[in-house]
Amino acid sequence: MLAEFGYGILLVGFLVTVYSLIAAIYGVMDKSAAMVESSRRGMLLVFPLLSLSAVSLIYLLVNNHFEVAFVYEVTSRSMPTYLKVTAWWGGQAGSLLFWAWLLAAFTSAVTIRKWERDIEFLPWVIVVNAITLIFFLGMVVFYENPFTRFWVVGGNVEPHMFAPAGATLFAAPDGNGLNPLLRHPGMVIHPPMLYLGFVSYVIPFAFAIAALITGRTDDRWIRLTRRWSLWAWLFLSFGLVLGGRWAYDVLGWGGYWGWDPVEIAAFMPWLTGTAFLHSVMIQEKRGLLKHWNMILVILTYALVVFGTFLTRSGVLSSVHAFANSPIGPFFMGYVALTLVVSTALLIWRWPLLQGETEMKSMLSREALFLLNNLLFMSVLVVCFWGVVSPLASELFTNQKVTLGPPFYERATAPLFAALMFLMGVAPLSAWGHSTVTTLGRAMWKSALAAVVLTIVLFFTYTQNYIALIGLFLVALVLLVTLQEFWRAARARQRAQGENFFVALSRLMGRNRRRYGGYIIHISMMLMAIGILGIEIFQTETQGALAQGEELTLEGYTVQYRELASWPDEGEGVNYTRAVVDVYKNGIYLGELTPRIDYYFDSQQNMTIPGQRSTLKDDLYVLLVDWEDVSHAGATFKIFVNPLVNWLWIGSLLFLIGILFAAWPDRDPAEEPARSGASRNVRQASSAD
Amino acid sequence: MKRFLYILAFLFLLGGLFTTNALAQSGTPSDDEVNAIARKLYCPVCESTPLDVCPTQACHEWRELIRTMLAEGKTEAEITQYFVDQYGARVLAEPPKEGGFLLIYLLPPAVILIGVIILFRSLKEWTKPKAAVPAQSAAQVQKDDYVSRFEEELKKQK
Repeated sequence: MLAEFGYGILLVGFLVTVYSLIAAIYGVMDKSAAMVESSRRGMLLVFPLLSLSAVSLIYLLVNNHFEVAFVYEVTSRSMPTYLKVTAWWGGQAGSLLFWAWLLAAFTSAVTIRKWERDIEFLPWVIVVNAITLIFFLGMVVFYENPFTRFWVVGGNVEPHMFAPAGATLFAAPDGNGLNPLLRHPGMVIHPPMLYLGFVSYVIPFAFAIAALITGRTDDRWIRLTRRWSLWAWLFLSFGLVLGGRWAYDVLGWGGYWGWDPVEIAAFMPWLTGTAFLHSVMIQEKRGLLKHWNMILVILTYALVVFGTFLTRSGVLSSVHAFANSPIGPFFMGYVALTLVVSTALLIWRWPLLQGETEMKSMLSREALFLLNNLLFMSVLVVCFWGVVSPLASELFTNQKVTLGPPFYERATAPLFAALMFLMGVAPLSAWGHSTVTTLGRAMWKSALAAVVLTIVLFFTYTQNYIALIGLFLVALVLLVTLQEFWRAARARQRAQGENFFVALSRLMGRNRRRYGGYIIHISMMLMAIGILGIEIFQTETQGALAQGEELTLEGYTVQYRELASWPDEGEGVNYTRAVVDVYKNGIYLGELTPRIDYYFDSQQNMTIPGQRSTLKDDLYVLLVDWEDVSHAGATFKIFVNPLVNWLWIGSLLFLIGILFAAWPDRDPAEEPARSGASRNVRQASSAD
Repeated sequence: MKRFLYILAFLFLLGGLFTTNALAQSGTPSDDEVNAIARKLYCPVCESTPLDVCPTQACHEWRELIRTMLAEGKTEAEITQYFVDQYGARVLAEPPKEGGFLLIYLLPPAVILIGVIILFRSLKEWTKPKAAVPAQSAAQVQKDDYVSRFEEELKKQK
């Protein structure tokens, strides 16, 4: 009964969205404000409808309704209730409903804003959101229905939404259970964060398309969506960081990022989103790059859908699986249609998107931001090609290839290094005009200090030239950014006669985006220290040990003490846990307990490392194998990951930086618009 | 005496057995030697997981095969080639830089180069001094158009 209700209400939500789309288009064509208002109210109704459908699904999940195919696939009786709730996004059908539900929520949030100043955007924003929602809801309603149930038809169990003639309902005694890898707290939050990021980017795209259609191509659409873009970036970044931490804690290979196509699918919209965050500033400040901003927001939207397609269509396992997937071709068609229609609109409005001022200098901040955009796009090209070329190879030559980390690392390392260098230079350049002399004068002290620091590191820490280049860039960016804080706060302190810290906090509070950006730059450098540490200096060893025997690595000694294995029937898990004693240069540091959890329902192992973390390094011990009965011998793999904790510290600061920049104060939409060509070019970089 | 000889022969055989075993053990490649090769290989089933860390039974057997081949004195190149011959180029972390595979390596730098050229040509174009800007820009015209439409809309709503 509840399954029928959930599906029925989903269908009503779908139909109301279709109505809203038609009403919005009719309202524009017929110049009927009443129809547009009716379409707006329709969109407001979709969110509660989908919420009811979602609550129905959650009820079925929590109460072990294994007659529902989706419930059977992703839950089992032994799972705790919170995991049963989060299993909503643990499988294909549920995650598509989750996507649609989030979009309905965001669409409601957008449609209830005050529209007086921007009323002509409204119908087109509804149209774009409704089309996106219809696409996702359509897939849920017609192809990936989470309410489908099992029926016994002629002795066979078949999944159908409604009872076939003469069929009886079939409920399995227990379900498959959620993939154990997805039961980690990081993985419980990681997908919703990524989806929040993905879905938030629909809103800037909708406004951009509305701006193109209405011909209102000033920077109003950018101001209206600035906060959406920042929050989208926040969620996507948070999702990526959580994914990295999850991989480090659960996947048991001693790393945080494997250049896996699924990771790259989420990373690609982040790249265009980051480029967009920088380039919109050029349009806001200087009235330039209007075409480029449109291209970026269109690309980001397309990559959001493409990313969902990559992870949901089965195309990554095989192009043939994609062809057989009921939703794969629809996704591909939708991405293609989006790109074609958006490009056609862009070409139509191209003449209206001319820059309002000239670019004065190749070293101005806008020119450096453009270079930054080029570098982000270059990383995107590598990532996109890295994901697509194995598929193309399989499709055209029937030969599968693997593109693993070496391909990406070699291609992107110089691009990331160049981006780091730009992070050091761009904050010192001025909007409008800068010269080598002005830049040199502003940065020579920081550059000199970074060189000295690098020389010290050469003699005391490493002679690896790649690490030294990386650490020089880290030092340069950190020093330049801190100098910017210092210089501006001192100037305010002198001018206002304030205490230094008061001056600093007021300065930062007055320009959240600028100083939030600087915090993000600092956090990126801390993350770069962690990445350089693990990528360049990671060491590992593996060996089979008898009780009392030891492995040594980088001054650490890991001695095997004991191993125990026991089932927990209630949790449906068999735990095998080893205890090892850890010494550093002969001093006892404590014990670690690497373990392997075997999940009965899904017949899958989860490898949980024993970790000892310091700012200097991580000792990361994995239990690989053991003698079944006697437990007298076990095989361990140990990694020493230098500096890796700076990656997590940097990640935390990164989130603080984004929150600082995105925290609601004055609505950017209420700020006065830039006055276009008549505005004088501001020379001082600190003037923004 | 005969009994002593039997015991001696038994001990000799036993000693030989232990010696052979010890020799075999000292010649058995270590996990680290196996992993040094395994980390550059991917099995066809476990997507995106390098062989050295893949927990499946199939990958465990592959690692043991590498160990056996190392013990037989095969080089890393020979072992890698064996897996390529058996399962295709997909077992490599990267396809070989030859033939049609070259496209995989050449396309990204080519596209990036085109991007660099477009950017620098645009920058050069934009930084060129231009003739005086007309009094009313296209954007201003557009804005006025918008304002008039907006006012019309407001009138309709009243």
